[in-house]
Amino acid sequence: MNAPVLMAEAGRRLGADHPESPLAIAGLTVAYGGKPVVVSVDLVTPPGAMLAVIGPNGAGKSTLLKAALGIVPRVSGEVTAFGQPLREARRRIAYVPQRASVDWEFPATVLDVVMMGLYREIGLLRFAGKRHRERAAECLRRVGMQDFADRQIGQLSGGQQQRVFLARALAQGAGLYVMDEPFAGVDAATERAIVEVLKDLNRAGRTILCVHHDLSTVKDYFTHVLIMNVRRIADGPVAAAFTPENLQAAYGGRLAPAQIGGIAAE
Amino acid sequence: MTDSFVQLSLTPILIGVLASCACALPGNFLVLRRQSLMGDAISHVAFPGIVAAFLLTGTLAAWPMLIGAAGAAIVAVGLIELIRRLGNIDPGAAMGVVFTTMFAAGVLLLEQTGARNVHLDVEHALYGNLESLIWLKGTSWAALTDPEALAALPPQLGRLALVLLAVAAFTAAFWKELLIGTFDPTFAASVGARPGLVSAGLVVTVAVAAVAAFDAVGSIIVIAMFICPAASARMMTDRMGPQIGWSLVFAALAAVMGFVLAAYGPLWLGGRHSLSAAGMIAAVSGAILAGAALCGPRRKGTRAAA
Repeated sequence: MNAPVLMAEAGRRLGADHPESPLAIAGLTVAYGGKPVVVSVDLVTPPGAMLAVIGPNGAGKSTLLKAALGIVPRVSGEVTAFGQPLREARRRIAYVPQRASVDWEFPATVLDVVMMGLYREIGLLRFAGKRHRERAAECLRRVGMQDFADRQIGQLSGGQQQRVFLARALAQGAGLYVMDEPFAGVDAATERAIVEVLKDLNRAGRTILCVHHDLSTVKDYFTHVLIMNVRRIADGPVAAAFTPENLQAAYGGRLAPAQIGGIAAE
Repeated sequence: MTDSFVQLSLTPILIGVLASCACALPGNFLVLRRQSLMGDAISHVAFPGIVAAFLLTGTLAAWPMLIGAAGAAIVAVGLIELIRRLGNIDPGAAMGVVFTTMFAAGVLLLEQTGARNVHLDVEHALYGNLESLIWLKGTSWAALTDPEALAALPPQLGRLALVLLAVAAFTAAFWKELLIGTFDPTFAASVGARPGLVSAGLVVTVAVAAVAAFDAVGSIIVIAMFICPAASARMMTDRMGPQIGWSLVFAALAAVMGFVLAAYGPLWLGGRHSLSAAGMIAAVSGAILAGAALCGPRRKGTRAAA
């Protein structure tokens, strides 16, 4: 049996072992130009979890999620979503990239961007109709941006742009939300608004994965945590995994021991 | 002037408009992707494809050359991706290497195979020869209904009409994919909108448009046709659909005004010679761009305040 067949076989086993997990990752390794940035990471996301991926800068958090969703190529590893291969589960996953990753001068209105979330629903070789515009407008209302539908996206504040991205994800009607630093560079009001929307989604049974930077809010916002630094350090419920020892192992000398102890003990 | 207008000016103007529009359409996406010089690069890549098509078919017929150019563009896209993946080289450097190497391969191919006797007019290649695409049998407006005269239309006219149709069909069919893939490629990949495939399709479209417009305006001035109308249109509107519309208006305007000014402008000023139509089209494109930059409602600086 050749290697691809073996890999497909391993993928089926992973899916069979975790049919309920919205995102199960086994032995995921990613390298940029020969340099490993994510090494053999395992993660089984429990259904209904609100999971923070934390770790120092350059720990490979964003890369892990991008590779898991097939956005960047992986060297090895298996990924299943809802017990299925990624290809078959794509429509059940909403991905929100980092806000800074796009050019906000692009000639599009707020509504245009939210409509992109309906891409799969509109379908190949078809144009959006009135029904789709109404759906997009409804998603804008849910993030409090209904008054900005016709605004060019470059005229928004950072927080407003992040809400537009969240509205686009809502339009996808997914079961799993994968977000890359949704709170980076947003104002406090937006952060509260986004957390409220995410908690609503979570109460409705949706699973949420966020790359997260602010260690002081992990306990308030999330139920689960993955602590990593190129390799997995720990994962599990916040109470069990978010410990000073694990943070120390991930951040090393980059945070003062007292700081780590304070955050985890709060 | 009406009768000689049909014979000498009507077809060059139409060909100019078709070429301009076929280039302006994909140009919108090139400009937004910050790949404006792709049109230039692609005309180099197309060269070995054209030579290969000539070697295979033994003729200088247009369709094999268009197919050869499109094939070369696909090879180039594949090579760029390969070099990026294998060598961890930045995309700009990978493109530079592939484009120049392929152009060089085209030169060597031409020399090695005895095809070097084929006459390649450098001036024609650089500036095109729009003025020569006249309609000899179009002796009056009545010729437009005369089947015999219509059959003698320059072949470039029908060819460019078909190419424009194909470019427009590609843009319409993959509108959502082009839009999502240009604005947010990572999101596009996450929803399975195949941004890599769409980029490759765009490059092939650019190659076909560049080669088809080559006859009319040459390989240098075609770059203005890709960039100027789209860049001007960006300063008129903040939405992609209207931007495409503006770019087509500017493209057509530049083609018509460019030809008329080149052909008749010197006469109006008391001169005796006409000027290069392709050069004038590019100059008018530049003037439109300057106008849009100075007074466009959505130029930089007005957007933040709006």
